[in-house]
Amino acid sequence: MSESARPLDVLIIDDEVQIRRLLRLTLESAGYRVREAENGTLGLNEAAVRRPDAVILDLSLPDLGGLEVLRRLREWSQIPVLILSVRGAETDKIAALDAGADDYLTKPFGGGELLARVRVMLRRAQPSGEASIVRFGDVEVDFTQRIVTRAGADIHLTVKEYALLRLLLQHRGKVITHRQLLRDVWGPGHEEDTHYLRVHMVSLRKKIESTPEQPKFLRTESGVGYRFTDA
Amino acid sequence: MSDAGRIVASSGRPDPDALLASLKRDERRAIRGRLKVFFGMCPGVGKTYAMLRAAQLEGRGGIDLVVGVVETHGRQETEALLTGLSVIPRREVELSGIRVTEMDLEAILQRRPRLVLVDELAHTNAPGSRHPKRYQDVVELLDWGIDVFTTLNVQHLESRADAVRQITGAPVHETVPDSVFELVDQIELIDVTPEALRGRLAEGKVYLGDRAAVAAEHFFRDTNLTALRELALRFVAERVDKRLRELRATTLLKTVWRSGERLLVAVGPSPSSTQLVRWTRRMAAAQGASWVAVSVEASRPLEPDALRRLEKNLALARELGAEVVVTHDDVVANALVRVALQNNATQIVVGKSRSPRWFDALRGGSLIDRLLRISGPIDIYVVPAERTEGTSSTWFDWRPVAPSPAREYAEVLGVLAALTAAFWFLTPATGYLAVGMLYLLAVIVLSLRVGRGPVILAGAFSAVIWDFLFIPPLFTFYIAKLEDGVLFITYFVVSLIAGHLTARVRAQQRNERMREDRATALFHLTQALSAAGTLDDAVFGALRQADALFAAQSALLLGSESQPGLTPHFAGSFTLSQKEQGVADWAWRNRKNAGRFSDTLPGSEGFYVPLVREGAAIGVLAVRVPPEAVLTLAQRDLVESFAAQLALFVERESLRAAGEREKLLAESEKLHRALLDGVSHELKTPLAVLATAADSIATADEPTRLALVGEIRTATRRLIRLVTNLLDQTRLESGALRPRLDWCDAHDLVNSAVEGVRDSLAGHPFEVAVPAELPLFRADAALMEQVIANLLLNAALHTPEATPIFLTAGVDGARARVFFTVADRGPGFPMAMRERLFQKFQRGDAAHAGGLGLGLSIIRGFVEAQGGDIVVGENPGGGAVFTVYLPYAPHGRVPTE
Repeated sequence: MSESARPLDVLIIDDEVQIRRLLRLTLESAGYRVREAENGTLGLNEAAVRRPDAVILDLSLPDLGGLEVLRRLREWSQIPVLILSVRGAETDKIAALDAGADDYLTKPFGGGELLARVRVMLRRAQPSGEASIVRFGDVEVDFTQRIVTRAGADIHLTVKEYALLRLLLQHRGKVITHRQLLRDVWGPGHEEDTHYLRVHMVSLRKKIESTPEQPKFLRTESGVGYRFTDA
Repeated sequence: MSDAGRIVASSGRPDPDALLASLKRDERRAIRGRLKVFFGMCPGVGKTYAMLRAAQLEGRGGIDLVVGVVETHGRQETEALLTGLSVIPRREVELSGIRVTEMDLEAILQRRPRLVLVDELAHTNAPGSRHPKRYQDVVELLDWGIDVFTTLNVQHLESRADAVRQITGAPVHETVPDSVFELVDQIELIDVTPEALRGRLAEGKVYLGDRAAVAAEHFFRDTNLTALRELALRFVAERVDKRLRELRATTLLKTVWRSGERLLVAVGPSPSSTQLVRWTRRMAAAQGASWVAVSVEASRPLEPDALRRLEKNLALARELGAEVVVTHDDVVANALVRVALQNNATQIVVGKSRSPRWFDALRGGSLIDRLLRISGPIDIYVVPAERTEGTSSTWFDWRPVAPSPAREYAEVLGVLAALTAAFWFLTPATGYLAVGMLYLLAVIVLSLRVGRGPVILAGAFSAVIWDFLFIPPLFTFYIAKLEDGVLFITYFVVSLIAGHLTARVRAQQRNERMREDRATALFHLTQALSAAGTLDDAVFGALRQADALFAAQSALLLGSESQPGLTPHFAGSFTLSQKEQGVADWAWRNRKNAGRFSDTLPGSEGFYVPLVREGAAIGVLAVRVPPEAVLTLAQRDLVESFAAQLALFVERESLRAAGEREKLLAESEKLHRALLDGVSHELKTPLAVLATAADSIATADEPTRLALVGEIRTATRRLIRLVTNLLDQTRLESGALRPRLDWCDAHDLVNSAVEGVRDSLAGHPFEVAVPAELPLFRADAALMEQVIANLLLNAALHTPEATPIFLTAGVDGARARVFFTVADRGPGFPMAMRERLFQKFQRGDAAHAGGLGLGLSIIRGFVEAQGGDIVVGENPGGGAVFTVYLPYAPHGRVPTE
């Protein structure tokens, strides 16, 4: 986290008072300022008035429903949103990610993991300037020249592989759903052709991962999508 | 009297609808009412008076009592006693122009009093009443829980009627079966001395009905009265004695036949059989023995009249408590001994034969001779039969066994004509004596083919022809020589005997066949029942058999727990009208035969036999023969046997069904208990850890705090696992689980799964072997990840520390499936346990790590939801292997660019 003068504001929208208290404890101990809202309407008001730096949004809210809150929020704001959901609700999760959520956490989760996700989310939101060269491990990607090298040697990526890699790198740390990837890379109408994605991901991993069967950078989010991570 | 008018139509015949309406009472039968009998030796002793006195006393006690019927015969003292009692008006019946009144049973049942006075128990009701006899009305009243006071003279007792007749010389027309006395709770003997009675007679206080004064004089002679009085006293004394015995038996908690004796009485159609039956009943009662009445049906059918008398005798025996057996045999003695041995009878009672001695000798000895010869250890009682007017001597009967069709007569005449023509040309060569022999041969051959009538015709006719055409002098009936005469007569007699004998042999064969048929029918029924898989099959089979056997339509009506009344089974071929259904209902509620051929509502179409088990009727078998046909005694017997067999089967089926329901309930209860026990235990343990750790952590030093945090983490993981499992199980069971099948990469799945359980696998060497080039397959990634994770977790939890765990995956291209295996080196599973393993709440015997035993059941649920399969096997070298199979099909082409 950057050493900015102003502590970053995090808004928690959750109806469970104990969860709010626990999140507040965790976040405040890490130096954030925390605001709370116990339902979707209050949360939207709070977000509009306080303009927080990030939002932690529970998907099961009593009044509006987390997904609806997210949609209304996205109508006017691009603040990073972390979704809290329960296991078994994969469909909701994907819908939330497709609707513009930045990341998700499945309850129950550990405090450390929460802080890590929030950190990544906020860093991505920081205007850091479009880097033309990205490095991770022994791989270097030059976006301007469209050149990918590994340990100094050129790697030949197909057009689709390159597009996939670029998309994931542009959203480092963020989960990109299968749908988003397929639409971006193959275009509308291919959203269901997940085997394209799988096949290309396998070959992409072979080219840039040192152990393709256990990838370090191009991570699978089971049933949801992929995420680039180097943390 | 509007009620009476409704019940009995003006024709005097019962109005069936009204009768049925009265039968269809849905009130539940209360406990049986109490019956008190005011018993006397003859009319005029004051029974009615005593009954009314007793009733007045009861009435003062506030009991709701009504007078059903009381005959005061105009006596003032008696009539005075009626004041204050409410009398149910009698119904009027018009009988061929004469108006008579009868007790209104229906009105009494509607009124439902506590106690009814019913005078003259032995009274015979007017035709068209519900029951032929008044005592049957009383039985029904008792059945409905109504107490009854009634009166009876000793002469009207079935078993004493003969004795009374012998004493007084007056015939007794109205009798009451002794079995009614089984229902009697109290007998009050109304005793007066003969002198006093004669005094009352002289004063005109005794009602004599329409009897002639002379007959009355005869009846009321001192000697008669003394004898009657003794009879009445003895009867009551016997009853008391029997009461004592019963009491002793019940207090000893066991019933012992005093003698172990069993009597058997031969019953025929003759009135003397009636006496035999009563005599046997008295003997049996005196010995405390049970008894059997046997009717032997010969091949010759009885005249309708005789058949009716036979049935009456058998009914009497049944009423008097005998078990009735009907059997077939031409030789009565054989049949009697056979049945006696079958029924363990120790004594046989027969009537004294009245056939001429020479006839008995001709037939190989009289019935009694034969019986004595073959009865072995069985005692034979020969009871002299009283000559009764109106019975024809039946020792020899010329009526044909079965009317031979005209065809047989024609055949006989044709054959004889042809032979005669042939013999005409033969005589010159052989002589007329040989022709006689040839005729005889022809007659005997014919007797093998045709019935008795035609054979006798052949014998007589051939004799005549022989005489006329062949015995000299020819063309006359005159026989010149003595030896020709002797030959002729011998010929005549021999041909007659031959015809008679063959006919008898054939008749015996037919009887044998009938018995056989009957046994076969029952055998087939039993077989059909035991082979039937379901109740419906069984009923269908049984009813079709009944249809065929009785040339009838049949139906089965069953009572059910869920709804009142009888429900016809769909397999019936006899659809009951509402009216007939009412008759069936009566049979069901009263557990007695009803309808045609029975005492109750004989005007119905069908014959209804209740299916009785353990004293309760579970249904009714209905058989309907065409109006012109009848069910013989033997056939009705068979219907009852059918009903008994069916009852047995229906009961067995319902017991089985009940047993299965019980088992299911117990099973689900067991599951619930296991779940509750398991959940509470599984929840309590980690919660206790959390509570304790949270308390201690505040005051603990740094190293302890770290240790406590570790404990909290472990407890939390355990709780999470538990709740997850419960939720998954619920999802599976509620059908809410909808797998989202998508293309999956085995490496991705394995990586995610392993990551989730890495902590738990820490204590075990772990090897993954997934081929690099594994093709994609369709699965629900989240579910599969959980399947693999749970299998790994299971292996880690249930195998000893430091034993290795292996995870492999692959494609079985030939069988179009992918597989994942998780193998361990733990104790493995015994064969017997492997199938149970995937059921809910099955925990390994060595499950030390807790858990609800849901893990594997969920895994299987998840795998099957994706169209896959999971099996457990033995790991070569020790341990268990779980293999998950999923269907595999290659994906479509992927554009390279």
